[in-house]
Amino acid sequence: MNDRKRAITPRVFAVLDSAKTAEPAHALPYGSRRRFLARMVASVGALTMAGCDRLSQSEWFPKILDSAEKLNQSLGKLVTGRKAMAQEFTAADLSPTFRSNGTAEPNNPEYAALAMNGFRDYALDVSGLVARPRRFTLEELRALPSRTQITRHDCVEGWSAIGKWQGTRLSALLDAVQPSAAARYVVFHCADPMEDDGQSPYYESIDMDDAHHEQTILAYALNDKPLPIANGAPIRLRVERQLGYKHAKYVMRLELVESFAHIGGGKGGYWEDQGYQWYAGI
Amino acid sequence: MNDRSNPALGVTEAALPGAMVKPSGSPADATYGRTGQLYARHALPVRIMHWINVVALTLMFMTGLQIFNSHPALYWGASSYTGRPPWLEIGARQDAQGKATGYTRVLGHEWTTTGVLGVSTDDGRLYAQGFPGWLTVPSHQWLSMARSWHFFFAWVFFVNGICYVLYTIASRHLARDLWPTRADLRGIGRSIVDHLRFRHPTGEAAKRYNVLQKFAYLMVIFVLLPLIILMGFGMSPRLDTLFGGWVGWFGGRQSVRSLHFIIGWLLVAFVLIHVFEVIVTGLWNNLRSMITGRYRVPAETSHE
Repeated sequence: MNDRKRAITPRVFAVLDSAKTAEPAHALPYGSRRRFLARMVASVGALTMAGCDRLSQSEWFPKILDSAEKLNQSLGKLVTGRKAMAQEFTAADLSPTFRSNGTAEPNNPEYAALAMNGFRDYALDVSGLVARPRRFTLEELRALPSRTQITRHDCVEGWSAIGKWQGTRLSALLDAVQPSAAARYVVFHCADPMEDDGQSPYYESIDMDDAHHEQTILAYALNDKPLPIANGAPIRLRVERQLGYKHAKYVMRLELVESFAHIGGGKGGYWEDQGYQWYAGI
Repeated sequence: MNDRSNPALGVTEAALPGAMVKPSGSPADATYGRTGQLYARHALPVRIMHWINVVALTLMFMTGLQIFNSHPALYWGASSYTGRPPWLEIGARQDAQGKATGYTRVLGHEWTTTGVLGVSTDDGRLYAQGFPGWLTVPSHQWLSMARSWHFFFAWVFFVNGICYVLYTIASRHLARDLWPTRADLRGIGRSIVDHLRFRHPTGEAAKRYNVLQKFAYLMVIFVLLPLIILMGFGMSPRLDTLFGGWVGWFGGRQSVRSLHFIIGWLLVAFVLIHVFEVIVTGLWNNLRSMITGRYRVPAETSHE
């Protein structure tokens, strides 16, 4: 695993002169026993912290930690059921502006050309394990059965925002292309590159339970207006029972697959390849 | 209370083969609980579960702060973007000269907290981070890893907690040692005064939990810990689907996130008081009783 990529580099303000930060020598008349105890506690604490950081960097330990992911997924399914509906809200709950996170403007000339033309030349490509692979223009997507829902978007970082989404029901689109029995995941290939050099396009994947869920839509409108570029125009996924990074923006292509091991880093999504859990229901 | 088993804290001498005090035939035998003798205090399952809990809660607290650092602000309501400011915010700003200032704002009041909150130093470098690296796991910003730790130890803590509750009920530890008796309740005022004067029970009384201690433990075990688990569940978009949005009962998802944070710090407050009491009532004696099970009963004092 590439640690540089997995650990998001924090903002560094300035490198301080280390001499300035050195602890001044203690001249206080502490009891030596108390000082010894305090130092011991501090040393044990520092060692534990360093140990935790080394475990995080190791190859094996995170695998043990991530064994909990399957438990979380099973718990969610067991407790709530496959068809459980995410909470829906009213117009009074809408966030004044819906926050844009991650990419706000894809660094991709092909996408830019589509956007220039108001996405009139856009077509969603659907392929993979389907009986009838085909492309859908925006017009055709809007003609399919749609759903409008006011839902809460929960970012993995911790914040939430409420927006009104309108879009094509993914289950209706799947009915049109007829997935084969072997299809287990829908993969969403996106227009936004995640690296400065234009590489690593964003992608995501969901299982067939979520793909057929009533609230899973390919949204083309936010708050009664065409979806803005900052929020994923022309099409973004809404998969309401999972965290924000599952809701792929700038979706260009759907691929039905049996396994996503051969795609990207093999973990089922751009952030999953950076160490985030594939199951984002928690 | 059954005097024959001398049941303080769930362990009878007979049930503990390694006990150092031999039970004599008569329950009234004065030598039984005599001062200075080692007394079997904590049963083995309780000791094991206690230390698993120490590890799991510590790691969940520290990884929780790392997760919080990804978005160091707390709100009340369903969403973060309501037009109202967060009720708590830890942040950093930089002036034209590049000087960094950390600040903490609570309910509209702002404090400069450079060095601890908002801006802090690690390995000689200044970082813009909510809580400082020495308080978080991992020590540097790494949300996905913190989540992996947090959820793994959440399961450890959850399973351990279920086992503990079942054990306390089945072994009668709960009914016998943790539940306040009528005499306890009558003595609350006196216990408060004793605590304030750092006067600690000795002799027979030292074998039992005092009434404030019982309330503190019951509050943590049956109120704070279940509630922090529930508030953790409430942040899961999947578990939120139950009952058409049960998180609304607690004010909404961002309220639930705030409560999870607040209860986390209440547990820290409990641990600080707990450790303080452990130290002032005899650090090594208390530690030994939670490791080997054996506790030396403090000498009877004359004021009783």
